[in-house]
Amino acid sequence: MIVRIMGEGQWKLADSHLVELNKLDDELLEEMDSGDEDGFRRTLNALLEAVRRLGAPLPDDALEPSELILPAPDASLDEVREMLSDDGLIPG
Amino acid sequence: MSGVMKRMGMIFRAKANKALDRAEDPRETLDYSYQKQLELLQKVRRGVADVATSRKRLELQLNQLQGQSAKLEDQGRKALALGREDLAREALSRRAALQQQVSDLEVQHQTLQGEEEKLTLAAQRLQAKVDAFRTKKETIKATYTAAQAQTRIAESFSGISEEMSDVGLAIQRAEDKTAQLQARAGAIDELLASGALDDQSGLAKDDIQAELDRLSGGTDVELELQRMKAELAGGPSAQQQAIEGGGAAAPQDTSQQQQQSHPRFEK
Repeated sequence: MIVRIMGEGQWKLADSHLVELNKLDDELLEEMDSGDEDGFRRTLNALLEAVRRLGAPLPDDALEPSELILPAPDASLDEVREMLSDDGLIPG
Repeated sequence: MSGVMKRMGMIFRAKANKALDRAEDPRETLDYSYQKQLELLQKVRRGVADVATSRKRLELQLNQLQGQSAKLEDQGRKALALGREDLAREALSRRAALQQQVSDLEVQHQTLQGEEEKLTLAAQRLQAKVDAFRTKKETIKATYTAAQAQTRIAESFSGISEEMSDVGLAIQRAEDKTAQLQARAGAIDELLASGALDDQSGLAKDDIQAELDRLSGGTDVELELQRMKAELAGGPSAQQQAIEGGGAAAPQDTSQQQQQSHPRFEK
């Protein structure tokens, strides 16, 4: 499973780690829906940390599509919300 | 999984595919997406340049302020030497105000420097991705063109009905398009990740590199084949035979290589 952290790169993770990540990810979604900025930041950092800790980084010139994508560490709640809306992701 | 990770991935892929579906010829699609990548890379580079300019401006300001500060200190010392404590006090209090400005600017400078490093890193990573994509794009395009030609040759030799050949072509196109979509999805990840990017120079050079990569790829296959044949036969005479047979086997090798290039994108 390949996970991208925006602005940082891609990590390759074993599928067995999905459960742990999934829990944090669901939490993150909840905090985003409820607008809990502090919780959002805390969970996002925990999630990114888990990906970095559990995964092996891919080289920069690898051309692998990411299955999962995570916002950059300094992305704000509003920015992530915008990315998840209809036109946010691909500019132009 | 329905969390943020999955949703971002899904939206992103849907958009990439939508952008791709607009183009008819797969080769056009590849060139188009490459063009988009270059544009984004240019944006990132422009961002880096903007930040660097601001940083330099700050450095100039800092130097000026520090010069003034040193001057005021000097004046204060002289005033004191002449017994004008009031003047010295004035100079030193002005200097204190300047020092405050200096430390504010230093904080800003540090922030900008961090930003600049981050952007530079993103630009470099993006450049690597775009380069990799360019190589693969040229390979896929060449494979596609070759496949078309092969189909045409096969038709004229065997006299297959037009209907049949149309089906064959359609399948080829579909396969090719799939490979491109996947390649594009991989490259676009990085574009989204850093939000922006470009390289007009060195196009010709990289075409050559792509050709070289392709050629050396073919050589590897043949060497491997020879080695295997030698292993099977288990003797120097057999190895000689394998080398002689290498030329005749070459067209087959090429087609094998082409087929292999598809699964490479399906990881």
